[in-house]
Amino acid sequence: MSTVDIDAMEEQHHPRGITRWLYTTNHKDIGILYIAFGFLMFIVGGILAMLIRAELMEPGMKVMGPELYNQIISVHGLVMVFAALMPVSAGMVNYLIPMMIGAPDMALPRLNNFSFWLLPPAAILLVLPWLLEFFGIGNGTLDTGWTMYAPLSVQSGPGMDFAIFAVLLLFLSSTLASINILVTVLNLRAPGMTWDKIPIFVWSWVNTAVLLIVVFPALAGAAIMLLLDRHFGTHFFSAAGGGDPLLWVHMFWFFGHPEVYILLLPTAGILVHILSTFARKPVYGYKAQVYSFAAITMISVIVWAHHMYTSGLPTAANIYFMFSTMAISIPVGILFICWFGTIWKGSMTFETPMLFALGYIVLFGIGGLTGLILSDAAADQQYHGAYFVIAHFHYTLIGGPVMGVLAASYYYLPKLTGRMYDETLGKWHFWLTMIGFNVTFFPQFLLGIDGMPRRIADYAVKFAPLNMASSIGAFVLGAAQLIFLYNVYRTLVGAGKPATGRVWDGAQGLEFTLPSPPPYHTFEVPPTV
Amino acid sequence: MRAKIRLQIVLAGTAMGAFVTNTVRAKAFYNFPTPVTPVAEDTLFIHDLFLAIITVLFIIALGVLLYSVVRHRRSRNPEPATFTGPRTRRQWMWSAVPVLVMIVIDYIVLGIPSVEAIMTLSNKGHDRLVVVATASQWKWHYAYPRYGIGFNSVLSTPRDEIYGNAPKDKHFLLEVNHPLVLPTGEKVGIVLKSTDVIHGFWVPAFGIKQDVIPGYLRKTWVKIDRPGTYRGQCSELCGVGHSFMPIVVVAKTPAAFHEWVVAEQAREAGARAAATQTWSRQRLMTRGKVVFDRNCAVCHQASGLGIPGTFPPIATGHPFSASKALLDKLSARGFYKDGRIVEGPLSNHIDIVLHGIPGTPMPAFGKQLNASDIASVITYERNAFGNRTGQVVQPSRIVAARRAKAN
Repeated sequence: MSTVDIDAMEEQHHPRGITRWLYTTNHKDIGILYIAFGFLMFIVGGILAMLIRAELMEPGMKVMGPELYNQIISVHGLVMVFAALMPVSAGMVNYLIPMMIGAPDMALPRLNNFSFWLLPPAAILLVLPWLLEFFGIGNGTLDTGWTMYAPLSVQSGPGMDFAIFAVLLLFLSSTLASINILVTVLNLRAPGMTWDKIPIFVWSWVNTAVLLIVVFPALAGAAIMLLLDRHFGTHFFSAAGGGDPLLWVHMFWFFGHPEVYILLLPTAGILVHILSTFARKPVYGYKAQVYSFAAITMISVIVWAHHMYTSGLPTAANIYFMFSTMAISIPVGILFICWFGTIWKGSMTFETPMLFALGYIVLFGIGGLTGLILSDAAADQQYHGAYFVIAHFHYTLIGGPVMGVLAASYYYLPKLTGRMYDETLGKWHFWLTMIGFNVTFFPQFLLGIDGMPRRIADYAVKFAPLNMASSIGAFVLGAAQLIFLYNVYRTLVGAGKPATGRVWDGAQGLEFTLPSPPPYHTFEVPPTV
Repeated sequence: MRAKIRLQIVLAGTAMGAFVTNTVRAKAFYNFPTPVTPVAEDTLFIHDLFLAIITVLFIIALGVLLYSVVRHRRSRNPEPATFTGPRTRRQWMWSAVPVLVMIVIDYIVLGIPSVEAIMTLSNKGHDRLVVVATASQWKWHYAYPRYGIGFNSVLSTPRDEIYGNAPKDKHFLLEVNHPLVLPTGEKVGIVLKSTDVIHGFWVPAFGIKQDVIPGYLRKTWVKIDRPGTYRGQCSELCGVGHSFMPIVVVAKTPAAFHEWVVAEQAREAGARAAATQTWSRQRLMTRGKVVFDRNCAVCHQASGLGIPGTFPPIATGHPFSASKALLDKLSARGFYKDGRIVEGPLSNHIDIVLHGIPGTPMPAFGKQLNASDIASVITYERNAFGNRTGQVVQPSRIVAARRAKAN
């Protein structure tokens, strides 16, 4: 190695090659690792989704048997929620929060490295059983759906044990990351960056981190109990041994419902930044949004049993969970008003991030409104466990978080890489995503209303036309994402116009006072706000 | 009751919702099946009402968004406003109105009919008839304690239709060998039990869906308006056969229902009598294939080759690998040796079919099938799929085995 290289190394304070990424404690490197890992897992989860839609294209078992089908839907769910969306969201927070609040790095950098490197083993644990099955060991991965309801999950094959350990690793990873985020925001804000000035995105992540720390232990505990039931002769969930199968369902949804808001809140936070930038207008209703986030966070931990209306809860419990669930529509409604208020009388332009942000409002709007229907304990007799629910949560989770992640990706890509992406390709990506998404999932509302249960590998002939439409939509939606990958690749190899530090003429915030791409270390001397 | 709800809605100012509701009811597009029970009436009404309201809300919000996108673009509005929240009283009103509207919609317009529907659903009134539906992987068993009858109800769609080797029937995957028969016009209580995992009892035309949870007795009820055939499916993922355990209900007028009960009692008496007879090998084999295809093929496959790792082959001589726990259980019973499935002793075979293998998915068929069916299926398994024991099991032997265990 020549002296020049050592100088360059000294200047950047980081080793080169693989060790840079393995040992890094730099928040930007870790952020990029999270984001890259998350998008890789999006591809894995997306391929699984394509396989599901290929099987469901026509009635009759065609592509695979029901055993493999059940495994694919389970891994698709777990990968998309835990290994794709949460890491991308954690990557965004890692990369952005120190720059947004004027901190030199996260408060606990070594912990930060550790919480990232727990993720790849967790993802490997989910898919490894397939590889083992290929070599004749075991019978594939978990096949119980991502909800892992006992006693089906007690009965399930060894793939379930792998999934339990994956969940425990993910629990450890996101709890450590959440602690790190809270400590950073509490302690490392630049002078003058008071609580009423920190960007909305930071607020959204403060709430997310609190939720993760509060609810994830319920799932981790339940997962350990499941492990004990499977191998140590306990009977937490087995009725024959005095246990209670419904206990799992309660514990799972005590975590599972807030999980939706864990996925949603960060992108609801970033959305406002994007709307404000492209409307060239300050954020509308800052305090209202912050209080709405807090209200959502609090209400979300007391509504879990609306996932259990058909499990035979007492009537009074059904009514309570219905009304508490409906209460969420109020803070969410306030968020919508603030989003409209932010663009109202603005001076809007429609670059790709703005298109995705507006698409977010429309699609998440449909998801939210159908959620209001689902809050009804009586009508839920028809929706529960049917395709209506699948359509609803894909409208909320793709319409919200995924659209938000794509909007944020286009918004910050020039900041990360220093290069502008291709606007035409971005617009193609947006419109194909919107069309593909709606063609995929709107028919699923109708399928649910028509009586198609979810998680079935094969269906009655009356469901055939809409399933065909849904599958075609899914292939368009899947193919559209390749445009995005190509667009990102272009900026990474240095094609595209160089980006300015400000990137967008309406952009506000400390991160836009830095050059694009930002230097390896930023705000070593805290800025004054 | 219905009139009262309607009145409240009009009072709440959603006459528009009722209008859209009627349009929806006119079957303009996909909707729930025509309701035949009071619960289904309620759920359809609420569904239509909710759908109408959220459609109106969505159109208003989309209108506002599109208006803003058109009017507040840079080319038409080069100077952005700078407000960050409501300031004047009028602006506060504009911000508060949607929130107040949301509260009224949630707790009055939707809340009141929803609570009434939940009350309907939890009707604890007297049942004229109680039926016990027991779910197992992957079939339903329906019992009528009052009449002393009970039977299994399993998918009757041939496997060839599922795997594309035969054209699909109109009722593909929604047809069973023996439907649940219920009388019309009477309140029928349905008690739900599960023998293994969580299943779900869902018949869309009845508007009911009830999870069937092991260790719990769950109950729901129907009062069917019209005779007819109503089809539904299991609604909770319950394993490999989840897609293949439909629920078919045939509703008959009370007179026709009682005729059916008498005929069914006679049929079951006939089956009990048959268990005391000596069956020919041919009769056992023919019946055995039917029983096998309905009850065993979903796991052990119609080919008898099973699924590696989970479901052992019935055909002997085939290699099988699985967890050590499962293989140990098979070898202890004499059905597994040196990596291959072998033909174990007949007495163990009878024991496995009657009582299952605890700790594995193999259920105890003794509770589900009658002696003739069990005798037939064991005879069939020992003489089909290339197995050549030549052994014939008579129903009397099964009756004796059951008695021995009971003692």
